[in-house]
Amino acid sequence: MSALPILAVWLGAWGLNAFLARLNTRLTRILVPLIFGTTLLLLWEMIVRAYAVPSVILPAPSQIWAAFMANIPLLWGDFVQTILKGALSGWLIGALAAIATAIAIDRSPFLQRGLLPIGNFVAALPIIGIAPILVMWFGFDWQSKAAVVVVMVFFPILVNMVAGLAATDALQRDLMATWSAGYWQSLVKMRLPAAMPFLFNGLKITTTLALIGAIVAEFFGSPTRGMGFRISTAVGQLDLPLVWAEILVAAIAGSLFYGIVSLIESRVTFWHPSQRR
Amino acid sequence: MTRALPVLTVLAAIILVWYLAAIGMNAQWAQDQAARAGTTLTTGQLIADTLSQDRPVLPAPHQVAAGLWDGIFGQAITSKRSLVYHAGVTLSATMAGFAIGSLAGILLAVGIVHDRTMDQSVMPWAVASQTVPILAIAPMVIVVLASIGVTGLLPKAVISAWLSFFPVLVGMVAGLRQPDAMQLDLMRSWNASRSQSFWRLRLPSSMPYLFASLKVAVAAALVGTIVGELPAGATSGLGARLLSGSYYGQTVQIWSALFMAAALAAGLVVLIGLIERITLKRMGLAR
Repeated sequence: MSALPILAVWLGAWGLNAFLARLNTRLTRILVPLIFGTTLLLLWEMIVRAYAVPSVILPAPSQIWAAFMANIPLLWGDFVQTILKGALSGWLIGALAAIATAIAIDRSPFLQRGLLPIGNFVAALPIIGIAPILVMWFGFDWQSKAAVVVVMVFFPILVNMVAGLAATDALQRDLMATWSAGYWQSLVKMRLPAAMPFLFNGLKITTTLALIGAIVAEFFGSPTRGMGFRISTAVGQLDLPLVWAEILVAAIAGSLFYGIVSLIESRVTFWHPSQRR
Repeated sequence: MTRALPVLTVLAAIILVWYLAAIGMNAQWAQDQAARAGTTLTTGQLIADTLSQDRPVLPAPHQVAAGLWDGIFGQAITSKRSLVYHAGVTLSATMAGFAIGSLAGILLAVGIVHDRTMDQSVMPWAVASQTVPILAIAPMVIVVLASIGVTGLLPKAVISAWLSFFPVLVGMVAGLRQPDAMQLDLMRSWNASRSQSFWRLRLPSSMPYLFASLKVAVAAALVGTIVGELPAGATSGLGARLLSGSYYGQTVQIWSALFMAAALAAGLVVLIGLIERITLKRMGLAR
């Protein structure tokens, strides 16, 4: 019996979306995904209520939101510990190290040929496995999480940056040579700007990697705060609404992080074809 | 051969740095032990000691190699101490998750390419779902599924399926949209039905994209499985080896499990590359 209203909501929203999608204006392009997302939340809430799903298995969105609002100071503390201290500092260090390494090996084709296959290989490995080792070396606090993040983001950014530094063609390089530009001049004025689209590709890929690294590293030992710590202890206490509130924080932080990097990208690489509207 | 020499050089440099680091990082403990025993170590003794400790801060390469050898060949395959056994547990969950995830990704991509409503509703949320560090949910998925009686291979497979689904979805959407307007018009001029132009034009031309994303997806699936094995309860699998190694300070065990996982990931990627080469060659798409 209780399946009927659920089906009705789903079909109604789908019909509305199908109608809107056919119009295909700028407004509907924003409306359609919004309606889809709202429908999912609504269906989730209705299913949980209609079938009385215990909150241990799946809390309703309203319960998650209540847990979120009730725990804001706690969540903020975890956010600072894991995202700001662990993920962000690690991501910055890793990115700077990768850029510096890319510029250093750019001058040596021998090193490039040797390092790039290994870099590509390492980037595909389950690097998250080094978390227990780094927690052992750097202690339980955020430094070990930052170290995990550094290692996780280093190779993807390195591989992209090296490809970016090689992105100029012979004609452009010859032009710089005819202007008698030195190595540093052509690096700063031609090759670094040309590498920016590649660099930002790597930076965007690694935003989620950084969050994942910082959170998962906390499963191997952490002080009594942090998102990974909270998730694993709250799961132990079967406080699932709090776990989902943490996941909500992670999702918001992840989207913001990605959004900010994309925003910087559109400012830095405004000249690139992919940024044209 | 022009690539082998640089790669080997870099590998040799890495191993050299590793040995030096092992000596440096383990020296403290060796000297403490010597001071407690009231003796002083000569440089030679110190180096020998740092490279042969039971629980070094950083195990030397040959210790890891010995650990790997013992784990792979030194035990019966069914033994709980055998790395082959643990790798097998991890591999089975990875393959199950990879199969579910890539199938879901392909089906959803077909829907997205053929239905505009699905494209506009699902695609933005599929992208947004990836900004959620999904591995954070891994322990919860395990616990929740265990509470409704699902244990063993499936919970881990769910996590790795979720991770491998997105690369396949994105790659397949790009691949299925690969045929340009001219090719699609040609199909129309032959009066091809939608399913005909799907099977004969869209699907074949998406294959290079599919394989590129499958390589990413299989590596991601392995990471998902390993993280899925971390929460308490899992006693087998490479992730469980990592966790128990970190609890008991068995660094050699951690490093061997890590290298086993790396070899597994590399093996899976190479395997898909091989299937890719054969398929594309038979389709006449090989570069």
